[in-house]
Amino acid sequence: MIIAAAREINDYERIFVGMRLPITAYGVARLTHAPNAVGLFESGVSRYEPAKDMLYTMCDGPNQLGAAWTTGLIQIMGLLSGGRVHAGFIGGAEIDRYGNINTSYIGDFDNPDVKLPGSGGAPDIASMAERLIIIMNHEKRRLVEKVDYITSPGFLGGGNERKMAGLSGGGPAVVITDRAILRPYGPKNELHLAAYHPNHTVQEILKNTGWDLKSIPDVHETASPTKIELEALHQIDKDGFWRN
Amino acid sequence: MGAALENAIPFAVTHELIRQRFQNLNMVAPISDISTDMLIGAGCVKTVTGAWVGNVSGGMGHNYRRAAEKGIPNTITINDYSNFSIGMAFFAGAYGLPYIPVKSILGSDITKSNSSIKMATNPFSDEHEPVALVPALKPDIAFLVVQRSDRFGNSHIWGSTGLTQEASIAAEKIIVLADEIVEPEVIASDPGRVLIPGFGVNAVCHVPAACHPSPLIGRWKRDNDFFHDYHKETRDRAGFENWCDQWIRHLPDHEAYRTKLGDRLETLRIIGDAPSAPANYAAE
Repeated sequence: MIIAAAREINDYERIFVGMRLPITAYGVARLTHAPNAVGLFESGVSRYEPAKDMLYTMCDGPNQLGAAWTTGLIQIMGLLSGGRVHAGFIGGAEIDRYGNINTSYIGDFDNPDVKLPGSGGAPDIASMAERLIIIMNHEKRRLVEKVDYITSPGFLGGGNERKMAGLSGGGPAVVITDRAILRPYGPKNELHLAAYHPNHTVQEILKNTGWDLKSIPDVHETASPTKIELEALHQIDKDGFWRN
Repeated sequence: MGAALENAIPFAVTHELIRQRFQNLNMVAPISDISTDMLIGAGCVKTVTGAWVGNVSGGMGHNYRRAAEKGIPNTITINDYSNFSIGMAFFAGAYGLPYIPVKSILGSDITKSNSSIKMATNPFSDEHEPVALVPALKPDIAFLVVQRSDRFGNSHIWGSTGLTQEASIAAEKIIVLADEIVEPEVIASDPGRVLIPGFGVNAVCHVPAACHPSPLIGRWKRDNDFFHDYHKETRDRAGFENWCDQWIRHLPDHEAYRTKLGDRLETLRIIGDAPSAPANYAAE
């Protein structure tokens, strides 16, 4: 899953890296096919080379030592807001068929059933990056028909609703889960199944998705991790903390 | 509290607010890791103004959930923001702007759940171009942890600073917690490393490791196990009360806390050397 996500980063791109799995995926990308990618962290850090030690938060010492730039949040997120970031990487608690993500409230926001931690910088990344890479676990209760609350906007109600809301570009380019890869497809920009990971089936994926997930015409199996990719992953995530 | 996001969080202040049984606080921060969660659990918080509350490496904040879902120990009001929009709100507050237009929360339900945010259109555009207007945020007090300060409030901060500058200048009062107190000449030797105006600081406190368990660049490593243990032990209400008694309420002050941590704290002290290249300010 992390390796599939790492593959979405192109060389020389400026990538906004969100917490947890995205940091690991960026590290793998840099060590494999995207050695010139630039990582941007919303607390105010920009890095070329990944941190030498495992990170629990983006503010940890190893992420700052040898950084390309340490600055404030407005400066680094201003790059995003100014349209200078190629891709943003975020995780999601709940996602719907149009790639809208909920990390705030399940139920009514005035009286929630479940209070999730909140938005962090995710809405900013979701709205302003040229494209969004989403990474999350694939469970029916997390891939829902319609999120209760849109923390981070995908394509809203589909079609051109995102543009009508005032977001001129961007939007989810891909959703990577531990079972599959989904991509927006068709005029409504609805998420479709693009690939199923090795040892997973289309049937299983449909069963674990909360809407009638359609497939793209040439849906196929995700390419297996290469030896180089696996070595990079082990190097970045030495203790297996984020993989478990 | 927690303007720098996950580092330099003034946990020493968190503890003291709990010890002194402050109530009805409006905790303002983009992300302050478990600090806000502790304060909520201890009954100090009425309002949360921020972008994220939880346990960054552990997951959800159990106290935050209990308060928002069940009103335990009390109900709380949540003012939702994204990191960039709360940053711009502080920016407006710092520099005397009544509000500031942002686009980064367009399409987000933050514009619905936060009733202070108003929708408008760009008056300079011929096309219909939506913008979200975020009013200025001006906290009453900003508590900051800095690596070193002189006793007049002139301080050096290095590493990522999050919203430290904007949030402090926007605040009515600034209280600095310095890991080390130095002579004025040390600070004056590098005015470029000063982030907040010393003349705006109301008080300087010398509190080593005030940031524990969060990291402070060049000084203290993050105590990852502490966050993990907090997550485990505060899963239920009784667990939190017990944790809070053990680590906060039954300790008279931060010095006692540091003593209790003992060797554990010493292992977090940064002893390596990675000094920056000197910058020559000589005028002739």
